[in-house]
Amino acid sequence: MINLCLKSLLNRTFIAGLTIFSIALSVALILGVERLRTQARAGFANSASGIDLIVAARGNDVQILLSTVFGVGSTGAGVNWESYEMLRATPKVAWAVPVMIGDNHRGYPVIGTSASYFDHFRHSGGQALAFESGAVFASPEGAVIGAEIAEKFGYEVGTQIINAHGAGSVAFHLHDEAPFTVSGILSPTGTAADRMVYVSLEGFDDLHKDATTMPVDPFSDLAQRDKAPVGEREHDAHDEGHEHDAHDEGHEHDAHDEGHDHDAHDEGHEHDAHDEGHEHDAHDEGHDHDAHDEGHEHDAHDEGHEHDAHDEGHDHDAHDEHHEHDGHAPASINAVYVGLTDRAGVLSVQRAVAEYREEALTAVLPNVALLQLWSITGTAESALRLMAAAVALAGVIGMLVMLSATLETRRREFAILRSVGATPISILGMIVVEAVLLLIAGIVLGYALLTAVTFVADPILSANLGLRLGHGMPTLREGLLIGVVFCSGVIASAVPAVRVYKMTLNDGLSMRL
Amino acid sequence: MKTIEIRSLQHSWDSAQAPVLNVSAFDLVAGEHVFVHGPSGSGKSTFLSAIAGVIKVQHGAIRVVGSDVGAMVGRKCDRFRVDHLGIIFQVFNLLPWLSVLENTLLPCRFSARRRENAGPDPTASATRLLSSLGLDDPKIWNGPASALSVGQQQRVAAARALIGAPDVVLADEPTSALDEDTKERFVDLLLHECRASGASLVFVSHDRGLENRFDRSVDLRSLNDGGSND
Ligand SMILES: Nc1ncnc2c1ncn2[C@@H]1O[C@H](COP(=O)(O)OP(=O)(O)OP(=O)(O)O)[C@@H](O)[C@H]1O
Ligand SMILES: [Mg+2]
Repeated sequence: MINLCLKSLLNRTFIAGLTIFSIALSVALILGVERLRTQARAGFANSASGIDLIVAARGNDVQILLSTVFGVGSTGAGVNWESYEMLRATPKVAWAVPVMIGDNHRGYPVIGTSASYFDHFRHSGGQALAFESGAVFASPEGAVIGAEIAEKFGYEVGTQIINAHGAGSVAFHLHDEAPFTVSGILSPTGTAADRMVYVSLEGFDDLHKDATTMPVDPFSDLAQRDKAPVGEREHDAHDEGHEHDAHDEGHEHDAHDEGHDHDAHDEGHEHDAHDEGHEHDAHDEGHDHDAHDEGHEHDAHDEGHEHDAHDEGHDHDAHDEHHEHDGHAPASINAVYVGLTDRAGVLSVQRAVAEYREEALTAVLPNVALLQLWSITGTAESALRLMAAAVALAGVIGMLVMLSATLETRRREFAILRSVGATPISILGMIVVEAVLLLIAGIVLGYALLTAVTFVADPILSANLGLRLGHGMPTLREGLLIGVVFCSGVIASAVPAVRVYKMTLNDGLSMRL
Repeated sequence: MKTIEIRSLQHSWDSAQAPVLNVSAFDLVAGEHVFVHGPSGSGKSTFLSAIAGVIKVQHGAIRVVGSDVGAMVGRKCDRFRVDHLGIIFQVFNLLPWLSVLENTLLPCRFSARRRENAGPDPTASATRLLSSLGLDDPKIWNGPASALSVGQQQRVAAARALIGAPDVVLADEPTSALDEDTKERFVDLLLHECRASGASLVFVSHDRGLENRFDRSVDLRSLNDGGSND
């Protein structure tokens, strides 16, 4: 029977081939979309594994996660160094690593951080960052680069690189006056870490300091510029940094905020960011909290107070050595990665951060932010999957068209088969077997196609998006999708099969011409 | 022994019209070769379909080697057909995507009885049949059926109808697409092989020139009282 079907199909190589190809395309698309989706998710999830909390200026969780771990976009305001100190002193906090962002190297995000970043950062379910060559930056001019950057630009330990201000590949301003020297190259991780440049806080900060001094000595700067790719100099972007400096100073004005800001507090965070510190100080003076409807936040101020008290106590000493290690203390940073001694305490620490009085901060749980991100991208994913499903449907319908269209011309075949004893049921079966053969061939070809495409596209995708499709055996979910395509194809083949059944019953042995 | 026995058969495609078939009695004994003729539309093909059990006649009994094919349904009927009947069509008898040999062996694929009758090596009896029908080139046997001339195709169809010794061979105008010489040669070979295997033959044709080679000649119109006599 299968033998007969196979030979019959081979007789229609061209049209059967087309059908198989269309099924293959839809299978490849469906699996590709699925794989892209799961790999994107896995890639994202893998990028931020050892971090329990990401603390940044109050803002959107997803934005904070994206800007810090993935170097996409920016955090709103900065975080005062004092807040970082506070975090390190908070009970249950095992470690806290400062992070500065906002620069890029040829489109790749640059992160300013302390050397301890490399001790604490984890990826892909708990793996530490390993050095392919070199070591952590020892001086402010040192830079550690991700594997992908090293590979793409052919950097080696010792190569001088120049960073630019702003995120994204369009550099607004090249920090060409302060080149970095690659001190270490990380091993590939398959995560965002491959696409990042890490410099010390001091190195990162220096760039911005230099920028402010630049107008003082424009000629030396011009001389420098000849050595490196020319970028447009625009300092607008620096405003951010200055703002914060000003902000810090602002603390001294605590007194002038007499708690009248509390209503504004309810409205928006961006704006609050500046005032809040003062606000809270006002609270310390024993202001009437009852007046505020958002009770918990203010109650918490007291808690924060307690933590401050802790600082003075035992905790602080324990962290002092880290402090020395970090060396440089910039006025403002963008975020702090926090690891806890006990993950069960994550919510209480998160609340403590949210209620910190000196500054409006958000502590983001990376996994929760990821879930939020998925809920945002979910719509686009659904659209993609719907499209893939539509293509699969088209593939199955294409097979139906092929099987149905040939029925007419094959009437004689069926009459001959019936004359030699084939029952209408066995002819119905023949159509179904043909469909099964087409589907199997289509699925196998589709899988091969996908594997071939991933083979070609993987380097491109990982270079541009940091995504890897990966190849290998189908996962359970992929198997399920294949099963769905297969079953829907087999079920759909019932349409021509039943038609041929009726046809053979009616036609009998007559050979109508 | 009677291989075909028809009593008061009536069949009409359209109940509003006069029946196409109205045969009060028709018998065929084992090994007998009958020539059936009649004008186009007189119901010759319908007559063969009724014998093959493909159409279910409204009245009467059709017995083939003792079994009432009219009473058989579904699978059983199809099985009976391949077990006891060999059928040759007017044209396009072969599946183009099978080789000549595979086409010849088709009945053995579907019928255990035909396979048994074809002997321990069905392929050998297929090649023997093909050879005695004038197709003795092994290249032809294994080549695609679509490569054959119409005359050769009809001879393969005859070999297929005859393989595994069916009781009756039904041939529906198998020679109408052949030229005069080929036609006569084909009929001679067919009759010779039927005689060799002992099969009865119902040969439908409107070519009266072939009639005298058969044991008997029947005009469907005279057989068919209610047929289109006008
Ligand atoms: N499947 C069918 N459905 C309805 N009417 C049919 C069917 N098959 C045949 N007929 C009708 O039955 C009559 C006899 O047809 P049949 O094919 O048996 O004639 P025939 O003698 O074989 O003619 P020909 O010599 O042209 O082959 C015709 O009027 C035809 O229209
Ligand atoms: Mg006819």
